[in-house]
Amino acid sequence: MKDQLFGKDLNELQEICMALGLPKYTGKQLAEWLYKKEISSIDEMSNLSKKAREMLNEKYEFGLTLPSKVQVSLDGTKKYLFPTLHNKFIETAMIPDEDRKTVCVSTQVGCKMGCLFCMTGKQGFQGQLTAGEIVNQIRSIKEYGDVSNIVYMGMGEPFDNLDAVLKSLDILTSEWGYAMSPRRITVSSIGIIPAMLRFLNESEAHLAISLHTPFDTERQKLMPVQIAYPIADVVREIRGWDFGRQRRVSFEYILFKGLNDTPLHIRELTKLLSGIRCRINLIRFHPVPGTPLESPDDETIHNFRDQLNDKDITTTIRASRGQDIYAACGLLSTKELIAAKE
Amino acid sequence: MARAEEYSRLEHQLHLVKVIDNVEIAPGVYLISWKQKVAFISGQVVKLAIDRLQPPRIYSICSGNLDEKISVLFNVKEDGYLTPRLAAAIPGDELLASDPYGSFHCDHAPAFWIAAGTGIAPFYSMFQSGLSDHKILIHGARTLNQFYFEDELEWALGNNYIRCCSREQSCNAFPGRITNYLLEKNHFPKDYKYYLCGKSLMVVEVRDLLIANGVPYENIFAEIYF
Repeated sequence: MKDQLFGKDLNELQEICMALGLPKYTGKQLAEWLYKKEISSIDEMSNLSKKAREMLNEKYEFGLTLPSKVQVSLDGTKKYLFPTLHNKFIETAMIPDEDRKTVCVSTQVGCKMGCLFCMTGKQGFQGQLTAGEIVNQIRSIKEYGDVSNIVYMGMGEPFDNLDAVLKSLDILTSEWGYAMSPRRITVSSIGIIPAMLRFLNESEAHLAISLHTPFDTERQKLMPVQIAYPIADVVREIRGWDFGRQRRVSFEYILFKGLNDTPLHIRELTKLLSGIRCRINLIRFHPVPGTPLESPDDETIHNFRDQLNDKDITTTIRASRGQDIYAACGLLSTKELIAAKE
Repeated sequence: MARAEEYSRLEHQLHLVKVIDNVEIAPGVYLISWKQKVAFISGQVVKLAIDRLQPPRIYSICSGNLDEKISVLFNVKEDGYLTPRLAAAIPGDELLASDPYGSFHCDHAPAFWIAAGTGIAPFYSMFQSGLSDHKILIHGARTLNQFYFEDELEWALGNNYIRCCSREQSCNAFPGRITNYLLEKNHFPKDYKYYLCGKSLMVVEVRDLLIANGVPYENIFAEIYF
């Protein structure tokens, strides 16, 4: 099987060129063809000599993968299904909103974290995505040219595949790559502390942390990672970090009826996040099969938001999108995985 | 501008400890120990590293809280950085270990301990710490030589020690996975607690099965090996 050029960074492309006896600057030309122009084969790299293209073709392929399926919601949200190696599948959501088009990318096939409320976790862990497979989810969708924002909130835990995630961010934000502003990119994690600190150090993208409850025992039951990386430790590290003016940290909070939507939670959240310039995104829970949790009603959600805002924690409610196609990650790919196994 | 010193601060949570024992208890599975200097609660974990070149990994403590040593159980991953080096450690070698931490705690209340593979570690620690009364231990493994500490557990727990073996057969083990055993037994007391430890897919499948059979999720405690 040929190695893929798409997903390589500038250094790797230059090394490939030099190993083939081509000038080092050809690496820069390759990066331009891969990340700045809308071609999909090595043969279309018209400023390379025919011999250079032949040499590249011998060992490499361009490396784009088209989605195998797309579902379109009534609200315009799309969910793309991409095949990976060995009959696995990943999901990518494209969420249009007025003048913005946000793409939600996956970073792993399945997930190891086993959160109680998550469909992806039910697949178990199937494998890591490469940087190329992450960036391909943006490059190979129909809306590629119009993408305004990227969120790493699809299948998998980004900080459990940090090398590939950082490399994909490099490709997306470098001058030789897509030259996107890192301020248009948010990486969401459950808070694997060593990886989180490395991410903060080596990237400028925004950070979102899945919080879901400020109480240790409760979070442990929702998110087993709490045992290894307690949220209080995660928040303490965040509090010690200088995010500067432009970089943002936010906390994701899925509301579960009767579980984490009480005044006690508001009080504890206020204590936990005090002194951090941040935002809380409240998320309505859309039940997944086999999960005993439910969403509270709209009034409870609005009250929760208002009370946090009253305590000077900027809190918003994330609009639910693509409900008719289950845009929340995991369901479509799980169905495909089961079909593939059968 | 991010503060690099904050990043390196984590490294200071690791202390030098001296290996006092390192035993291969099954093919490719080791029990490595060092002297206990800080008290811990069984079920807690430690971060472990061989040097400061790679981030530490987290392991459940596998020894009793009254032992003079702290032990952890690990599988050697041939292509890994840490475990082949850990496997090669001999008494007197130095490792980097954090103080114990974590909240996967158990008391004397009736409970199921459900483990797969090296996920037996926290339960063996609890057993060694005198918490095995009113407990039913279900251990799943692919092969018969992966039932670590089985002689001791069988002697002490008797019928409350159940082995599930998915790839080999023995008169001592249920033939199949943990989920097969639970389904066949079809006994899910609602007033018991359920502690699960192992890889994510096992934990998620068992948790779903328990919930589907009426066990309140509040009674389920999971530790996943990341």
